[in-house]
Amino acid sequence: MVDLLNFREGETIGETPVSIEEFLGASNATAVRIAPGEDARALLPHLDRIALVEVAFPAFGDGRGYSSARILREAGYRGELRASGDVLVDQLFAMRRCGFDSFAPDKALDPAAVEATLSRYADVYQKSVDGRRPIWAKRHEVN
Amino acid sequence: MKLLTGNDLASGDVIWWTGKGWSRHIGEAVDVGDEGDAILAREEQARRVNVAYIVDAEQTDSGPLPNHIKERIRASGPTVRTDLAINADIPIVRA
Amino acid sequence: MYLYDSYDQAMVDARVEEFRDQARRRLAGELTEDQFKPLRLMNGLYLQLHAYMLRVAVPYGTLSSRKMRMLAHIARKYDRGYGHFTTRQNIQYNWIKLEDAPDILADLATVEMHAIQTSGNCIRNISSDQYAGVAADEITDPRPWAELLRQWSSFHPEFTYLPRKFKICVIASANDRAAMRLHDIGLELVERDGRIGARVFAGGGMGRTPMVAPEIRDFVEEDELVSYLEACLRVYNRYGRRDNKFKARIKILVHELGVEEYRRQVEEEFAHMRQLGIQPPTEELDRIRAYFAPPVYETGLPEEVDRSDPDFALWLDRNVLPHKQPGYAIVNISLKPVGGIPGDASADQIDLMADLAERHSLDQLRVTHAQNIVLPYVKKADLYTIWQQLDAAGLGTANLDRISDMIACPGLDYCSLANARSIPVAQKIARRFAGNGKEEAIGELKLKISGCINACGHHHAGHIGILGVDRKGTENYQLLLGGSGAEDCSLGAITGPGFTEDGVVDAIERATDLYLAQRQEGERFLDTYRRLGMAPFKEAIYG
Repeated sequence: MVDLLNFREGETIGETPVSIEEFLGASNATAVRIAPGEDARALLPHLDRIALVEVAFPAFGDGRGYSSARILREAGYRGELRASGDVLVDQLFAMRRCGFDSFAPDKALDPAAVEATLSRYADVYQKSVDGRRPIWAKRHEVN
Repeated sequence: MKLLTGNDLASGDVIWWTGKGWSRHIGEAVDVGDEGDAILAREEQARRVNVAYIVDAEQTDSGPLPNHIKERIRASGPTVRTDLAINADIPIVRA
Repeated sequence: MYLYDSYDQAMVDARVEEFRDQARRRLAGELTEDQFKPLRLMNGLYLQLHAYMLRVAVPYGTLSSRKMRMLAHIARKYDRGYGHFTTRQNIQYNWIKLEDAPDILADLATVEMHAIQTSGNCIRNISSDQYAGVAADEITDPRPWAELLRQWSSFHPEFTYLPRKFKICVIASANDRAAMRLHDIGLELVERDGRIGARVFAGGGMGRTPMVAPEIRDFVEEDELVSYLEACLRVYNRYGRRDNKFKARIKILVHELGVEEYRRQVEEEFAHMRQLGIQPPTEELDRIRAYFAPPVYETGLPEEVDRSDPDFALWLDRNVLPHKQPGYAIVNISLKPVGGIPGDASADQIDLMADLAERHSLDQLRVTHAQNIVLPYVKKADLYTIWQQLDAAGLGTANLDRISDMIACPGLDYCSLANARSIPVAQKIARRFAGNGKEEAIGELKLKISGCINACGHHHAGHIGILGVDRKGTENYQLLLGGSGAEDCSLGAITGPGFTEDGVVDAIERATDLYLAQRQEGERFLDTYRRLGMAPFKEAIYG
């Protein structure tokens, strides 16, 4: 495993995440891992005791994890949200927009490429969970 | 016989393995026998070819002719724009 | 038409630079082909049979002369002097070099165009009625809605790696000229209690499992449509099948869940979505709408057209349609010359169409899903001069909605997915029926040809459809009858065993002969087929 890419205020969580099934059982874990086919909403009743959700991307082309991430953020989850697995630099922009704030890619990413991809788009068309004001809001801003 | 084909990474041109390098002309293609996979791996790694694969063909009087129509059209160019063909003489439909 | 503001321009400019960097990394070996493929596809760049192919977006089929001229420029400078207009109202170029692609995108960006999301498992170009804004039967111009959705769907963070591609169509007339119900989501704008909203259909499509989209909601308010669509897409992204590419489209999800259950899940998600403030304010749709305000039409224009030239009169009857404004007409330019390649236009022809639009159609053109071009704002007094110039350039074919005005995919002449060639069959059919009175006798007949099961040539929706298949290494053609992509949407049925290239042309002639013998007053081929059923046609075809 290569170094974590961290966009959080503080440190990343060191605890090894457990599966949803384990988490919802008797576990007192505070870190949980979601596989692509699993329902992120199963975690919603427990958000206040979760410090890390790791969303697995076994293959970069499977986009279910983007929905999982946004669902958690829409529900007010404030803890660490980590994308792990086949995470490529060209996916980071959309992932950040869906609320991911740390990344555990299988292969190390070039820091310059990361910086370039995340600073490329000055504005965005959609409101998501990253707090960015969409273009439509800026267009109709009252001065 | 077995031929190697793919596309040039930068230009996209259809290219054929000649034993020494790659050519746009199927007439220069050679039988790779059992060596196909090894050559492909090496050439793709070096980015001298993109999306390469092995094609079954037969040797004819006018040169190698792929067994499948799709490869014959790749070797000739669009049959409806023979002005753009690289080798309009290739028989597309077999007699 | 819509004009970019500095935000829109910055988005496409940034995309050009992003792709320039991605292409550079691919050429340098920093990206594998597997990693690069979805990135190039999301910029419309395929690797096809002979070369890279670039598909440029024509949002909802609307073009200005300036944009049209850029399409000619690209054909000349980077391709081999021509382009192919597609059933998605886009244009594609067949001979592109990867090393040129970033420069092409940069050129396109100078005229507010792009190739964003013209491929890939994302939301594709929003399609619409080619007569939007000038059709007498529309309740509103659907293009402002399409533009709102273009912006919403561009670079959508959650829906860039969907199970499969996703096509949305917006129309605003009960007469469907855009095959709306054969889209992943079809929107029909309707009026209720003095307000305009959308009737929503989901899960239509062609391909190997064709389906006509069922209605999932009878009305979505204008100020909730983005939220509602976001709910539709989220349910699909989460639950659409990813285990089998051929079952990954939303039509399979809707079919497997059942309409009721899909609708229930969407409503549940919608109830959540509408709380999130993701819907642009109505001021945004109003802002876009202002760009599509009706032009200042001239009044008191003559209605009379001199029909003394019989070739012109024929073209007038076939290709020119009534306009909602007195004194004006809608001109359809056929890209289906007999013996030509359906949908292809040379750079010179594209330039000519741009010039004609500039001089005679308020600078505007449209691309139709039937692969033709429309001049939407032509004064009747200008029709003759337009026709003369079109005719001289090989663009004056008078065959709109006739058998030779067929849709055909590029087929095995260009496409790496194809199993059989489409274009040679199209050419043979046109030669068999045109110029000898048969086409005229038959009247309206929508013939659609696909070179493989993916159905880019809409064969399921043809009054007569042809599907090219590979039968033991030789091209073979199945015949379908009874499809329609219009408001009377239906899927064609296969007649029986397939044919050779010549055999399928003969079979079509036997089917149309039966129609001519059996038709009742006012019946189109499709109507006669629906009345008689398959049996007599099968009998006529197979004997």
